[in-house]
Formats: sequence, structure tokens, C-alpha cells
Amino acid sequence: MLSTAPSTHGVMTQLPTAMAPEYLLEIVNVTKSFPGVVALSDVQLRVRPGTVLALMGENGAGKSTLMKIIAGIHQPDTGELRLRGQAVSFETPLAALQAGIAMIHQELNLMPFMSIAENIWLGREPLNAMRMVDHRRMHRQTRELFERLRIDLDPEAPVGSLSIAGRQMVEIAKAVSYDSDVLIMDEPTSAITDKEVAHLFSIIADLKAAGKGIIYITHKMDEVFAIADEVAVFRDGAYIGLQSADSMDGDGLISMMVGRELTQLFPERRAPRDQVVLSVRDLGLEGVFQGVSFDLRAGEVLGIAGLMGAGRTNVAETLFGVTPASQGEIRIDGEPVNMNDPCLAIRKGLALLTEDRKDTGIFACLSVQENMEVTVLPNFASRGFVQRQRLRELCEEMRRKLRVKTPSLEQCIANLSGGNQQKALLARWLMTQPRVLILDEPTRGIDVGAKAEIYKLIAELAAEGMAVIMISSELPEVLGMSDRVMVMHEGAVTGILERDEATQERVMQLASATPSVH
Amino acid sequence: MSAILEKSPLANLSLWSRRLPAELSILLVLIGIGLVFELFGWVMRDQSFLMNSQRLVLMILQVSVIGLLAIGVTQVIITTGIDLSSGSVLALSAMVAASLAQTSEFGRAVFPALTDLPAWVPVMAGIGVGLLAGLVNGSLIAATGIPPFIVTLGMMVSARGLARYYTEGQPISMLSDSYTAIGSGAMPVIIFLVVAAIFHIALRYTKYGKYTYAIGGNMQAARISGINVKRHLIIVYSIAGLLAGLAGVVASARAATGQAGMGLSYELDAIAAAVIGGTSLAGGMGRITGTVIGALILGVMASGFTFLGVDAYIQDIIKGVIIVVAVVVDQYRNKRKVKR
Repeated sequence: MLSTAPSTHGVMTQLPTAMAPEYLLEIVNVTKSFPGVVALSDVQLRVRPGTVLALMGENGAGKSTLMKIIAGIHQPDTGELRLRGQAVSFETPLAALQAGIAMIHQELNLMPFMSIAENIWLGREPLNAMRMVDHRRMHRQTRELFERLRIDLDPEAPVGSLSIAGRQMVEIAKAVSYDSDVLIMDEPTSAITDKEVAHLFSIIADLKAAGKGIIYITHKMDEVFAIADEVAVFRDGAYIGLQSADSMDGDGLISMMVGRELTQLFPERRAPRDQVVLSVRDLGLEGVFQGVSFDLRAGEVLGIAGLMGAGRTNVAETLFGVTPASQGEIRIDGEPVNMNDPCLAIRKGLALLTEDRKDTGIFACLSVQENMEVTVLPNFASRGFVQRQRLRELCEEMRRKLRVKTPSLEQCIANLSGGNQQKALLARWLMTQPRVLILDEPTRGIDVGAKAEIYKLIAELAAEGMAVIMISSELPEVLGMSDRVMVMHEGAVTGILERDEATQERVMQLASATPSVH
Repeated sequence: MSAILEKSPLANLSLWSRRLPAELSILLVLIGIGLVFELFGWVMRDQSFLMNSQRLVLMILQVSVIGLLAIGVTQVIITTGIDLSSGSVLALSAMVAASLAQTSEFGRAVFPALTDLPAWVPVMAGIGVGLLAGLVNGSLIAATGIPPFIVTLGMMVSARGLARYYTEGQPISMLSDSYTAIGSGAMPVIIFLVVAAIFHIALRYTKYGKYTYAIGGNMQAARISGINVKRHLIIVYSIAGLLAGLAGVVASARAATGQAGMGLSYELDAIAAAVIGGTSLAGGMGRITGTVIGALILGVMASGFTFLGVDAYIQDIIKGVIIVVAVVVDQYRNKRKVKR
């Protein structure tokens, strides 16, 4: 499985031959294995000062492991790290930081009850003559940092009061505050809006100008084209190849990543049927969203677009009875339903794949099978005892159908890649044989190959008559999959667009509630 | 990374080791401790520690009561909760049960009109009191969202108070033979093992068990998966209460008396047994077999130290160290299992 064979797509597989201390950081033949897994196999990477090196690859390709080695969280089994030509080894994250390598992690690591300034200077608080924390100086330093980065936040505000996007900006500011030579960003834009992305890119431009080297992990092709000087591609724990900015080509990158040609990302869709399955009128949740109305037909995919915090997830949770509505009506097959409990929602044929896999999706310490079967246990229990054989067969069948890559159903789900975890969770819901499938960011943080599989599955399910609601922040996905697109802005529906009138521009206008230019 | 897993020989190895019960290591620890005492026994006292059936029987008898509590608390801990009240609930149940188990030969019975009752009456009363206490714990936790630590801390103090108030501190004695039979001979051990088997099966093979692990693994995901989390928590705490009640019955029958001071700080031994047995305080992980072995380890240590004549204070010091070491080892093991 460890494919180190050269890619067949005519891209450069050799590293540039130019040598000497022109590299800030070099990774030479690093191999790392964990019990049961070879995570990285003989990997190399080089970062030049004043450039952005993008890192792409499917989930499980080894990018995050490599970054954790660079940041001192893991130690390589073999191979070495060179910083400005000098071999180094980091036993702890602190050692890496002190050597000038900072990392913005994919998961936010902030303390919600502490202030922004306290979070940023945690562990290196400025002290006064009495060896006490000098809060005034800490706040001043934070203000200066924010000024430099053009971030408009109050250093004394608690982090818990910030939006996810705000927290991400704090995390970015914190990483910059170390004034490191090498800055690793692990999918920094997965939770922020276009406005903050533009802001981040301007910060990156400043850092480049200051001669810093940036390693930027992302799944998003447009970001790579926007900021990267070079792109390195990883697959199955191996370094596949490099493209530089002047000769970058999206299709080539994708096929390097998946190791095969992706014929079409979005599958053909069949026209929805006439029968209305779910009908929502004037649905609202006090202080969160209001006036949501739509009809959902069998076989239809309704996309819900909008910025972070527009209330899309809240609508999904209200439909599913997690947070019962404070006003409005939900009808299923024409029957009004007082949706106040997820159990009821499941009985009525609804399913909800939640936005945050880790927080509300997986049971991290349980097996793949235990994660799948949890929704259907009542159907497979006689006098309380679980019918193990039948459940096992069903889960095995779902695993095959959804192509969940796992050594066995007994494998602890936390050991699977994001895409495979997501497929297992999808299996969990498909086993309930729902009629309305609500997907909240179904492809967040998963790789292109798994994305294509999930799109294909959604199309198949819709063709069989399942009604699908798909919440997504990725516009191409919403536009590529939906029959209609409902756009939300600050808790209100700003428009429902038919497939042929839904363009990126129209959706963005409605999502940001900017008046139309026409 | 999963793609790489399929062909790697290491993957088969990890699969194989997964099939080995996690309790094996803790069982080895138990055997090891036993052998150490055996060795010290020959060196220091010139006699065998293990080849003494009387001592072993006594030890297992002592383990039974704490073991019953530990089975309940294990399930609570799996849901990420904690039960500090089990020792006090034991005492309250023992008092109530004993008060209904007195013989009429005794002039100063608590309820002179209620003497010479068939044994099932006090037994049911004791179990019922425990169930009720657990129901209160669970309902408060589910309905108000107050942390289990606080709710069961309150119950721990109140139940102990109630146990003392019940007879104003007087012990209850002169219990009927049919009642004390429950605590004589090997009965406590049989009850303990039967209960352990029941909940071992319940946790592994029933919907109840699957839901318990799911709630402990991720409460929010469990709710969205259609599990009635609140109802299930009430059930789990009620079961823990019921088992504390049963432990109270067994303890009072064995001692042939009900005393308000019974089971003092047993809740901590029960938690220790669960934790030594591999139950994770972070929830979602734990097994009854592990807890049973954990309880046996505590029992072997107490018995062994007494056998060697080690000072009681020093026994406690060593016990504390063992508990912490068990948790450290457990965390190390979990980290290896979950992290890639």
C-alpha cells in the first residue's frame, strides 16, 4: 500500500536540486510509525524563507503527523530535521517553539474563561519587578500585536465570548506573536468566513515579506492558487511530488492526491418528485432565527448556504428536535408534528448528520460498529439483549456499501481518518432508513476522494426518493448538489434560489445581505 | 492512515492484542501481588499466604460488600458520572432492613409491632431504600444538570445523617436467623458474583449497556442518536443505589446488626476498585470484570498487609499509592490506544 512510485501525471517528483542554506527548514527521509500504522514513510520537505509551501493530500495522507513532528509533538523514528542547515531534534513542543517554529492547530486550543491577552501570552506572561503578572503590559503588547495584524478585538474580553472565527484569529495572532521563522498553519480557514480569510491572507503576505517560511495545510484548491508558492502533495504517508506556482494545475494536483483521475466531482442528479415530505412554515427559535419556511420534496436536495453564525445549524437542530422551536410549524407528510425530541424525529424518519464530528458525532472510545449501530439498537434488541449476529451483518454490509476503510469493525473509530469517520456516521443514519436526511457540513475536513464518494451517495439516495437538506459553507458543493438553495443571513432567510438562478455571486449577495447591484 | 492499515503485519498484531481482554494485565497484577505476599510470608513469617483457605474466604467475604458498591459505581463512572453516596446509602439501607428483621424475643425492637417478619420483607425494604436514594440522585442530575459530584456528595451527607437519625444512633441487633442467613457462609460471595455476572452481561450484550457506553463516550452525540439520555442516567444511578441497598442488606445480615456507621468511606474504596480495574473517569470505558479484579486487589492487599503485620496507617499510605499508579498506567494505556 505504501506507494512511493512516481506519479504518472508528468509532474515533478524530484525535489529542486538547488541546495545550500537557502532553506529555512528541511525534512530529510523522515519515517514515523504508530502501533499498527506506518504514518509517514521516508518523507522529505523543504521550506524556503519568504515563501508559502502548501501541503495537500487526503485525510490520513500523513500531513498532520508530519507537522506534529516538526512542531515537536511527535518524534521521528528515522530521518532528520534541519533548521537553517543544522540538524535539530525537538523533544517537546516547547523546544520547537524556542527554535522558532510555531503552529496553528486545526483544533482550537484556547481557554474560554481566560481573556484574549491571557490566552496569547500563556506561559510567557510579562512580569513586573515583584515577579507578578504585569497585566497592563500584557494588554499593551496584545494591542500592539492586534494593530500590526489589523485585528479588531478587545484584549481583555474573555475568549469564550468570541465567535469561532474570532477565536481562530486569536489563535493566529498567538502563533504570530512567537515571532517564529517557520509558521505552520493546519487548515486555518476551516471555520472562518471569506472576510477573515482575506484578512489572514494579508497577514500571510506580511509574514512572507518579513522572510518567514509558512507551511500551509489545506484542502481548498482556490486557497492554494491564491497564496502558495509551492505545493507539496502527500498520499498514504508518502511524499508524492511538488508543483510550483508558475505551473500549477488543479486537476493534476487532485490526481496526485487521490492517485487516480477523478472523472467528475459532482454526479448527475435526477429531478425531484412532486410529493412533499417535509413542510416548514414560519419556523423560529427565540433570539436565534425566525421566519423559516420551505417545502421539501422526495428526491430533492435543498442546500442551505450562509455565513458562519447565520443560524443554519440551529435550523437543522430545531427540525430534529434538539432545540424545540419557539414558533412555527413542522409538517411531515402533511401531519403537524411537535418536534421536541431527537427520538421523535428519528421515529418520524428524520436523520441528522451533525456539523462537528468530534463534539456531537463520534463516540471516540468505541468501535466502528458500536458507532454505527447506536441508532438502530431498539430495532435489534429482543428483551433488551442485542441481536449481535444480525447487527454485525448489517454493519458489515453498510461498511462495504459506503466503502468505510477500516481494518475491522472492532477498530476504535478514533483511529480512522476524518473521511472514514464521516462515512461511518453516515452509515449510522442510513441504517435508520430515513426519509429526510439532514446533512450539516457533510464534507468538512475530509479529502477530495471521500468528498466525491459522499456526493455520489447523496445523489443515489435522492434518486431513490430520499429528501436531503444539505448545509454547507462550500459554495461549489452547495451549487453542485442542490436542486434549490436557501440562503440565510443573521437568523433570517434572505432568499430561496432555484438551481438555474443560483450562482456564486447571487448566493454571496444574499448571504452577506448586500443589496443587489441590479 | 487507514488505507495503510490493511496490509501491514503490525495491523494484525494490534488486532490480535485487541482481542485479548484488557483485564489480563490487571489480573496479572493481582496474581503478582498475591505472589509477593506469598514470598514475604515465607521470609517473614515462615508460612504460606495463599495456602490458607480460611484467610482467602475471609478476604473474599470482605471484598463482596465493597464489590457490590463498585459494580454500581463502575456503571455510573462509565457515563462520566460519579457516585459518592454509596457508602452512606449502604448504612441507611442496613438500618432500615435491620429494623424490619428483628426477632420478637428482643424487648426493645425498633418497631415492636413489626418483628418476626419473613426475611424477604427487610431484604426488599433495604433494596428499596437504596433504589429510592439512587432514583433521587439520578433524577436530580438529569433534571437540574447539577454535577453528579455535588448531587451525590449531598446524598452522601444526608443519607448518613438519616441513618443516624433513624434510631438516634443506636445500633439495631437481635436479627432473625432467616435474615442473617443472607450474610453467613458463602452467601455474600455468591450474591456478589451473581450480580457481577448479571451486569457484566448487561453492559456487554444489552441495549442498556450499549447506551451506557455511548452516553459516556459522547453525551451530545448520544442524544442526537435518539437515546433518551436523561432517562438512561436515572436508570444508571438507580441501579447504583439499588446495589448499595443490596450491599447494606448483605453487610447487616453478615454482622447480624444494623449500625449507622457502617460502610464509612466505602464509596472511595468502590471508586478505587473501579479505577484500578480500568474504568476511565473520563467515561465511556470500563468493565465489570476489571472492577471485580480491582476489588480483589484491594482485598488481597488489606489481607496481606494484616498477615504481615504491617501497621494500618502504612497500609493506607500504600493503598493510596497503588490507586494513583493504577490510574497513571491506565491513562498511558488509553493514550496508546486512541492516538494515532
